[in-house]
Amino acid sequence: MYIEIKDACKNYVQDGKEFTALDHVSLDIEKGEFICLLGPSGCGKSTLLNALAGFEKVNSGSVKIDGREVTAPSINNITIFQNYGLLPWRNVQKNVELGLESKKVPKSERAAAAKKYLELVGLSGYEKRYPKQLSGGQQQRVAIARGLAVAPDIIFMDEPFGALDAITRMKLQEDILRISREEKKTIIFVTHDIEEAVFLADRIVVMMADPGRIKSVVKVPLGDHRDRTSENFLYVRDKIFELFNLKSDEYIEYYI
Amino acid sequence: MKKILSLKNVVVSIAILILIWQILFSVSSYNKALFPSPKMAFDALLEMIENGKLFENIKTSMYRFVVGYSISVVSAVVLGLILGRIPKVFQYVNPALQLLRPISPTAWMPFIVLLFGIGDVPAIVIIFIAAFFPVLLSTVSAVGNIDPIYLKVSKNFGIKQPALTWKVIFPAAFPQIANGVHLALGTAWIFLVAGEMVGAQSGLGYQIIDARNNIRADILLATILVIGVIGILLDSILKFIEKAIMRSWGGAE
Repeated sequence: MYIEIKDACKNYVQDGKEFTALDHVSLDIEKGEFICLLGPSGCGKSTLLNALAGFEKVNSGSVKIDGREVTAPSINNITIFQNYGLLPWRNVQKNVELGLESKKVPKSERAAAAKKYLELVGLSGYEKRYPKQLSGGQQQRVAIARGLAVAPDIIFMDEPFGALDAITRMKLQEDILRISREEKKTIIFVTHDIEEAVFLADRIVVMMADPGRIKSVVKVPLGDHRDRTSENFLYVRDKIFELFNLKSDEYIEYYI
Repeated sequence: MKKILSLKNVVVSIAILILIWQILFSVSSYNKALFPSPKMAFDALLEMIENGKLFENIKTSMYRFVVGYSISVVSAVVLGLILGRIPKVFQYVNPALQLLRPISPTAWMPFIVLLFGIGDVPAIVIIFIAAFFPVLLSTVSAVGNIDPIYLKVSKNFGIKQPALTWKVIFPAAFPQIANGVHLALGTAWIFLVAGEMVGAQSGLGYQIIDARNNIRADILLATILVIGVIGILLDSILKFIEKAIMRSWGGAE
């Protein structure tokens, strides 16, 4: 298996209380899959992503990518953040070239790569603009181009469209779906938006909070071109809704 | 429009200042030699310009200022960038800094004169001390306040030292560093005069002492005005440089 998470546990101490972000989480992901980690806040989806991306370590269990234990962030696996993480003192082109500089790519090749990926995300002609001159959606596109430019194997996305308005978000969802097919990347995408997950994922990992755990993994057999209003789409969406409704049933039983 | 308005403000403000001076001169019963009028100070200014003394002293003072201030800013920023990244070390350095910081640079003066004698060095050292602490502390705090996402992104994209410092940390911390550098400029200019009054036989500070010794209050006041004007000019030059850097970095405010 390409990505292997086995029995991962992660505890935090917050205000003197122990908090279980990941409780014996196991998950396998194949190369080229688009996986959405879906769940309410506190379900450990971002913790799991950070553990995969190498920003945090699990307390026990193992997190392996391509057979190797993840210990630190790597330029082979790029994370896209909700607040973009662009460097405001660099223009768009220089931002996209950032990772290529540490890969010691010559200047002319860097410029060519920046041009190519900015075109891919629909931002040709914006090379000399600065991040603060762009809208949130455009900034996230630059961040995506910056990530793609270093030709990563995996792209981690941590609620990347969470700060955008609904229409921009849908456009970016369509684009990331297209890009994931064109570039054949493995994408692990964290979200709390059920429709977003159904629209994007090959498989949805439904997570529950307190303690953070995987409730179930739902396959989304909708193919490459997805229609938010189609019957199949609504069917999968309802299935996920049901999974979340189960949680309240559990509570009712508990309290009765 | 805004520029014209601010020019008007400057002219009126200074005119009022001179007017108050003139009134005080007219109503006071002090000896003219001890408390001269604006006109007398202006004549003294012309006299100093004509005999070349003024420019010579400005040149001497500026040399000391530029040397002391630049060495101070560069070393404080470099040290601050390092200490800001290793908070565990800074925890041990900080108490000593806090002890040294409130000591007026002039308090060091006798000691500095004993060590270095009279001349350029004491004034340079005073300026160095005056600018060093505010720049160092603002740099350390600026580095500590960097948005962690820049560091996360840098880690992800494999940016290692020293590139991390000059590509990410310094530009990210620059606005706050510039604040400290700017503040230190005013302080350093103030202490240049103090330094030259005690530890030098030339420069604008010495010119004040010299004027006092010769009971030339008109020269004294003219020198004070020159010091003020140069202070404003230095401030504007620095503001201009800061703005140019900010503009080249995407016009960040």
